[in-house]
Amino acid sequence: MDPDTDIGGPLHKFPATNHSAIVGARSDDQLTRRRAFDTILTSYWKPAYKYIRLKWQADNEDAKDLTQGFFTNAFEKNHFAAYDASKASFQTFLRTCLDRFVANERKAGRRLKRGGDMDHYQLDFVTAENELAAHAVASDLSPEDYFHREWVRWMFTIAVESLRQRCADSGRTIHFQLFERYDLRDETDVSYASLANEFGLEPATVNNYLAAVRRDFRRVVLEKLREVTATDEEFRTEARSLLGVEVK
Amino acid sequence: MKWLSDDKLSYLRTVVTNPDFSSTKYAFIKELARGGMGTVYLAEDRELNRLVAIKVLNTPDITEDLRNRMVREAQIIARLEHPGIVPVHDVGTLPDGRVFYAMKFVRGSRLDEYAAVNDSIRDRLRKFQAVCDAVAFAHAHGVIHRDLKPQNIMIGSFGEVLVLDWGVAKILATDGTDESGSIRLHPCDPWLTDTSAGTVIGTRDYMSPEQARGEIDQLDERADVYSLGAVLHFLLKDQPKPGKAAEAICSKAMANAKEDRYSSASELSADIGRLLDADPVSAYQENAIEKASRWVSKNRFLVLLVLAYLLMRIFFVFTSRP
Repeated sequence: MDPDTDIGGPLHKFPATNHSAIVGARSDDQLTRRRAFDTILTSYWKPAYKYIRLKWQADNEDAKDLTQGFFTNAFEKNHFAAYDASKASFQTFLRTCLDRFVANERKAGRRLKRGGDMDHYQLDFVTAENELAAHAVASDLSPEDYFHREWVRWMFTIAVESLRQRCADSGRTIHFQLFERYDLRDETDVSYASLANEFGLEPATVNNYLAAVRRDFRRVVLEKLREVTATDEEFRTEARSLLGVEVK
Repeated sequence: MKWLSDDKLSYLRTVVTNPDFSSTKYAFIKELARGGMGTVYLAEDRELNRLVAIKVLNTPDITEDLRNRMVREAQIIARLEHPGIVPVHDVGTLPDGRVFYAMKFVRGSRLDEYAAVNDSIRDRLRKFQAVCDAVAFAHAHGVIHRDLKPQNIMIGSFGEVLVLDWGVAKILATDGTDESGSIRLHPCDPWLTDTSAGTVIGTRDYMSPEQARGEIDQLDERADVYSLGAVLHFLLKDQPKPGKAAEAICSKAMANAKEDRYSSASELSADIGRLLDADPVSAYQENAIEKASRWVSKNRFLVLLVLAYLLMRIFFVFTSRP
């Protein structure tokens, strides 16, 4: 049976290749912890940066320092290992830790030194800053809701990039190109027929390719979500929040 | 990395969550409704070039045996050819293993929406009687609906009444015993809970007590009679004076013990018919005054005629005196 049954389907299994980074963060093995940290950092740095900019009214340089400082500190002191899934979602836990960290830094009046252990991470703050400048935040949106919304946006963004990479690795570039043209498009005049014409395919083939790549995308989104949740229950709760559906 | 707008995010969510109809003859159009048992989508039948409503059921841990049983039950329901029962065109399995039913796409309003703009009690009772008749037809063919509620009843553009959503129906053998077991669905709404006796299927406000207790094996036609009573209650509750007979019909249909209810939807329909015709109903024992009042109400024209005749006689008696 197709493994994409994870959503609304009968298998009740998560993708076998997936591991929870939240669980990995508690590992005694340094390498496992490092990988878990990488995953958490990748999944949260951008919403964290934007949240600091919005809630704490930090300028962009300060926000960069605080973002890097927060994740460095969390890794060095293994803060993420203290997460208890029975009390809150990991997303809420991380945001609370972030608030505490920024409040402490502000209180101490420290100026964090950028770099150090974070140097090898390519965190694209310029793009994050451009997005902040280009897309105004609704005045009635609380910082907490903003953080959640930006996290959802970021999860989908990295899922799209992951899908692009997988399609390239498996020689299915055309699948992703169809997905990009039809599902990620901004223009509204693209049809299966026009894509068939553009790519030299039969409309039925376009239909089949798109169905397959959407199944892959569904799987990738759930894998990404699985990586940043600790328990099945949390996974389902976050899936409901992320996708608005029940995930078995 | 491309910026994903809020609209794009919403769209991608649907890409992730919508069912994959690529292996079927249907093309997804949009989601129509979401419930505890499953989700209904609007789709296009690409072969026949018509719109259909497709219900995708939430069925985790599906086995080949269960899938076969569900398909068989769908086939039985598809044989229910009645103007008050929405036809099932097709049944199948999606690539992810979920079972779906393709049904006629009904244009119109749900009974709850219809009742919100139509407050005539007689009109509501006529519609309700049509529902009872459709359910009685299904019962005669050994099918119990199990999820009757205003949201599952459609009033079509020409006033026709259609009972929808037979996806969780229970099939009884002709001798009244459970032939094939029942479809056990995964509860995903808070009001659906697993019990040791079985899965609770239905909607709390319209569910018979035995159904609420999860006694699936004990369910018979009277479970639907209870739900019909609850639908009637819904239709009467905003009426200032529904009348004692109507209230009694409602109470009898919704009796806690199934032995105290109408034994069938036909009996309930017959009582509604008597109520509409201002005849005595089986659910209510009227006193002499009520009987006379009902008789007068029913024969208002005759009474007026007699009164007019008497008045004229009196008038002539007095005017013809020398």
